Amino acid sequence: MRGLTTAVLLGILPSAALAEGTMPQMDFSNPLTLDQVGWMAVIMVGLYLVLSRWGLPQIGKVIENRADVIAKDLAAARAAKIEADTAVAQLNAALVAARAAAQGEVARAVAEAKAKATADAAALNAQLDARLAAAETQIEAARASALAAIKPVAAEAAGAILLKLTGSLPGEDVLAPNLDAALLARSGG
Amino acid sequence: MAGPTINALEQFSLTPGLGGLGKAIDFSNSNEAMLAAAAIITLIFGAGLKARALVPGRAQALVELLYEFVRNMCVDTIGEEGLRFFPLVFTIFAFILIGNLIGLFPYFFAFTSHIAVTLALALFVFLFSTGVGFYTHGFKFFTFFVPSGVPGWLLPLLVPIEIISYLSRPVSLSVRLFANMTAGHVMWEVFAGFMLLLTASFGIFGAFASVVPLGLNVALAALELLVAGLQAYVFAILTCLYLHDAVHMH
Repeated sequence: MRGLTTAVLLGILPSAALAEGTMPQMDFSNPLTLDQVGWMAVIMVGLYLVLSRWGLPQIGKVIENRADVIAKDLAAARAAKIEADTAVAQLNAALVAARAAAQGEVARAVAEAKAKATADAAALNAQLDARLAAAETQIEAARASALAAIKPVAAEAAGAILLKLTGSLPGEDVLAPNLDAALLARSGG
Repeated sequence: MAGPTINALEQFSLTPGLGGLGKAIDFSNSNEAMLAAAAIITLIFGAGLKARALVPGRAQALVELLYEFVRNMCVDTIGEEGLRFFPLVFTIFAFILIGNLIGLFPYFFAFTSHIAVTLALALFVFLFSTGVGFYTHGFKFFTFFVPSGVPGWLLPLLVPIEIISYLSRPVSLSVRLFANMTAGHVMWEVFAGFMLLLTASFGIFGAFASVVPLGLNVALAALELLVAGLQAYVFAILTCLYLHDAVHMH
């Protein structure tokens, strides 16, 4: 019920309201209707002067100034970046060079050490060989002298044994060949 | 019908403003609102220009936003030459925008709801852009009414149409703004009066039922806010378009 009334009122009301009076906008018998335009012209000219002489140029200056500052900052940042990039490149180059130099140094030191070690080892070997050879000749000499020394003793011992066994001393010409043969057989064996 | 009578049009009636002085110099309540709009625009600029900071505050951001919005509108629509007309377009846009907006507040007069005001503005824009056209192109501006690439026998038909459409520009420009603002304010008043009617007719039930027109008015407030901005924008961009035609002839 109320909904219906609402609908009816909604339908009637605007037309009723509009019918009640003529539009003040169209009431040109009122001098204010046209005179407001004259005052509007005055007010708008004033507003135009204020905005075009003061407001807008000032705002424009602020915005321009900001653009300048931003451009300047960007340029500075770009320059700083280029500087940093070159510094990094220089650093990298220096690092590479230093690494190469260090590696060369290490290689050189290693080669030197190796060469020295080889030379030392060779010298030591030569020394050892010489000593070995000396010792061997010494041993050979000792052996020869010992062998030489053993022959008269053996001859004496053989003579003494034979004297004890046979009661006679064999001749030197019999004893010496047998003794030599026996000694040779022992030392060779 | 019982209850209070509502005159939805009374809000548009002009009365002398500024007390006795206004009566003497025919300064109406509508002119008071215009003065208020101009003062508000100036104050906004004053507030926005106080700091002139690199990183803008609220007021400065608002003014810069308005500035760049209208400036881009001028440059995009008219071209680089549009910067010459930027202060003019800005003045018209700001004046109409603030006029529309303060008209939404109670006790403020919506001067853009007066056909005399909008027609005067539109006629100024029309005459100004036509003047710019003749100033820029001389009598060659008349060729603006001759569409290019059209067979000759059609011209007697098309040229009058072009001229009529050109002459109707101030009418459409002014009526659009006037009708939008008037309709919005009338609807507001009607729904508000409807609440009084409901309460007077149905007592306590009517008072509760008034929530419906109240809600409608709240929704209308949002719509009117949109319309206020949109119509100011439409007026400004059409001003730019007419200036574009005057400068470029097509």
